[in-house]
Amino acid sequence: MAQQYLKEVSALKIRIKFSKTGAVRFIGHLDVMRYFQKLNRRAGIDVKYSTGFSPHQIMSFAAPLGVGLESHGEYVDIEVNSTMSSSESIKALNNASIEGIQVTSYVELPEGTANAMSSVAAADYIVRVKEQYKPTVIADNAMLKKRFEEFLSQSSIVVTKASKKSEREVDLRPLIYKASVNENGEIFMQLCTGSAENLKPELVLETFFRYVGDKMSQFALDICRLEVYGLYTSKDENGNVISEKLIPLEQFGKEIL
Amino acid sequence: MTKLALSDEILMSIDKPARYIGHEVNMAVKDLKDIDVRFAMCFPDVYEIGMSHLGIQILYHMFNGMDGVYCERVYSPWTDLDKIMREQHIPLFTLETQTPVKDMDFLGITIQYEMCYTNILQILDLSGITMTAAHRAEDEPIVIGGGPCTYNPEPIAEFFDIFYIGEGETVYKDLINAYRHNKANGGSRRDFLMAAANIPGLYVPQLYEASYNNDGTLKSFTPTVEGVPTTVKKEIVMDISNTVYPERPIVPYIRATQDRVVLEIQRGCIRGCRFCQAGMIYRPVRERDVEFLKDMAVKMLKSTGHEEITLSSLSSSDYSKLDELLNFLIDEFKGKGVNISLPSLRVDAFSLDVMSKVQDVKKSSLTFAPEAGSQRMRNVINKGLTEEDILNGCALAFKGGWNKVKLYFMLGLPTETEEDMKALAELSELVAEKYYEIPKSERNGKVQVTASSSFFIPKPFTPFQWAAMCTKDEFQRRAYVVNDRMKEMLNRKSLKYNYHDPDTSIIEGLLARGDRKVSSVIKRVYEAGGIYDAWGEYFNYDRWLAALEAEGLDLDFYTTRERSTDELFPWDFIDTGVTKNFLKREWQRAHEEQITPNCRMECQGCGAAVFKGGVCFEDKN
Repeated sequence: MAQQYLKEVSALKIRIKFSKTGAVRFIGHLDVMRYFQKLNRRAGIDVKYSTGFSPHQIMSFAAPLGVGLESHGEYVDIEVNSTMSSSESIKALNNASIEGIQVTSYVELPEGTANAMSSVAAADYIVRVKEQYKPTVIADNAMLKKRFEEFLSQSSIVVTKASKKSEREVDLRPLIYKASVNENGEIFMQLCTGSAENLKPELVLETFFRYVGDKMSQFALDICRLEVYGLYTSKDENGNVISEKLIPLEQFGKEIL
Repeated sequence: MTKLALSDEILMSIDKPARYIGHEVNMAVKDLKDIDVRFAMCFPDVYEIGMSHLGIQILYHMFNGMDGVYCERVYSPWTDLDKIMREQHIPLFTLETQTPVKDMDFLGITIQYEMCYTNILQILDLSGITMTAAHRAEDEPIVIGGGPCTYNPEPIAEFFDIFYIGEGETVYKDLINAYRHNKANGGSRRDFLMAAANIPGLYVPQLYEASYNNDGTLKSFTPTVEGVPTTVKKEIVMDISNTVYPERPIVPYIRATQDRVVLEIQRGCIRGCRFCQAGMIYRPVRERDVEFLKDMAVKMLKSTGHEEITLSSLSSSDYSKLDELLNFLIDEFKGKGVNISLPSLRVDAFSLDVMSKVQDVKKSSLTFAPEAGSQRMRNVINKGLTEEDILNGCALAFKGGWNKVKLYFMLGLPTETEEDMKALAELSELVAEKYYEIPKSERNGKVQVTASSSFFIPKPFTPFQWAAMCTKDEFQRRAYVVNDRMKEMLNRKSLKYNYHDPDTSIIEGLLARGDRKVSSVIKRVYEAGGIYDAWGEYFNYDRWLAALEAEGLDLDFYTTRERSTDELFPWDFIDTGVTKNFLKREWQRAHEEQITPNCRMECQGCGAAVFKGGVCFEDKN
């Protein structure tokens, strides 16, 4: 009986990491939120509700994933009144979940940790260009690697980013933190992510297609997000920043034993 | 993971791709090696509507509980995907295994409202199933229809191999066994249909023939083959607490219309409103055991994770253990993030107390369904609610802090006069006045009274099945009478009036009391591009008029004609337990403006006692 492991606390912040693969990649972000509300209840997670006549679960999702993308690094923060251990919670959630959404970590966040949504700083992606949509000038994976490296070696990659209201010029290059192509033609990228600047892998590839003189189809890519990072800042006693580094969001919390 | 029937390109190009991918929580998964009967269960409307229907969830659960049977779901593709499927010749598929519907043994279609008839043809067409049942090849699925519209299946009889008349819980097992038996013996499609026609409640239209009088009315309706019964008696489940119920209903990813646990507390209604088909065809009233309901509520909330539960029945206040059930739900779930939504209860001290516990009084509104404005008219339709009930209920509620009231009415009822129409506005005014009788300091702002009217559509197996329906212009005129009267009211600024679209009501009237001749009209409308007729934006009245004209059929014959009590109706071969004599008596009493007591007050001998249970025998155990 899991009951005996219950840890009583007033309110506890939990960060859940999960994967989203297969057919559920066609479920939009708002529906994933609804999914988690129901999943928490099915799994018997002691979720904290807001007060008032229509109480709702307190939740915060890191960088929403676009429809059609898969991910192994999605995050949602919840608040609970009490909790089972990390391993028991993961088991309970996965028993109540579907094949395409599986929880891979469940950690407690220290008091004062910024929520998932506002912590996001970067994300890793693996992108595959589907065979039938490859640029015509690119004969094989070796050539893809060569041209992509050439594309990245530019000192700036300026594009016009159009939003609903306005258009603005953005230099993509500094927002691409890491990028490489392996022998199977899979492109790995670490991109700036978050509310201030946000670079989507689609835009990088679309720009690359244009660079090689082609136009990318909206269906050309298979994209999987691998991880989402936050910026970890260490400070000295006087509050001066000593160092900053990107760490996966789950590492902001600690396992519940 | 099953390979999806639609490509990524298609799924990324259409609205709400989650409608078509299946794999929701609690979906049935079976190993096809163990399956010998595959059943596609269809609700011919869009996924979010179809997924909200309790009946399908019950049957899905029942079929998938049978060894060797796999029941999968199918819904109407929305118009965006419909177009792509036609262009690219993609066959309609089931959600579970993404298999073409044409590969199934059965296609079961639930028929909940008349305006989905063109969508039935869409389903057959996209599946690649021959539209006319009698022309279907040996290897095509058996197409079987069920649901309330099958109480007059004739307008769509041509498209179905079998209709299941009544409640689905009872004879599907016999049908599946007959199918297996026939297959094992190498029998033909025709052999199977003959066997099906002899299972109680099942009607095989192609084994019957209609002939008509010169005036277009039905002359005779008889089996064309020896050994086929002349009447079909509805099937009904009598022990409603010892039957299948979906403990683990499917939970859609996208928000369905019913995004909550639905608890059916009873079936049928004791009230006997003369316009109401459900109140007649589901007789006798059968209550579910309150302990069964408590147990189900807990299990279903747990298995779905839903944050809301609602009670379902035609008249919840008549459920004898309602207090006990509601108190249980409030005690068990209040404060645990579960919202309890109450169906329209009779407004009295008890229900107001319950409502104030589970709803935000400031935001919620009270709902009354007086159905008619004047007491005379309410007597005609046998609606027990009096003006006093409504005004007393409102007074109580207003004192409790409510300030929004919704009133539901019908227009175009038999014998309706100008006064009766105006009474809609006058009753709304009285409600508003009741509010302003409260001292100003105790009021919660202004009152808002919203009156809505739909147009009366006569339905088979009701006392009003003989009634004339109004013409479109007459409906419109009556709505204007109400609207004008509303504007003359003292508190007109607190009153709001909405009325339904008369065009759709007229066509619904045609389909509700249509005969076999009407099927050619439905087919013609479909061929002219008509689907989703239940959706205002896709309904096209002129397309229906053109189809009627092309088929040489007269709309008024089906809608505005008052029937004589000796007329043979297309649906008279169905036996619902409630006798035609009882309905005639009620039709007579309507004209005499006589109220008929409800089933619990005094048995009227309607005939439903033939099922030997429910309310008819409540005090006789």
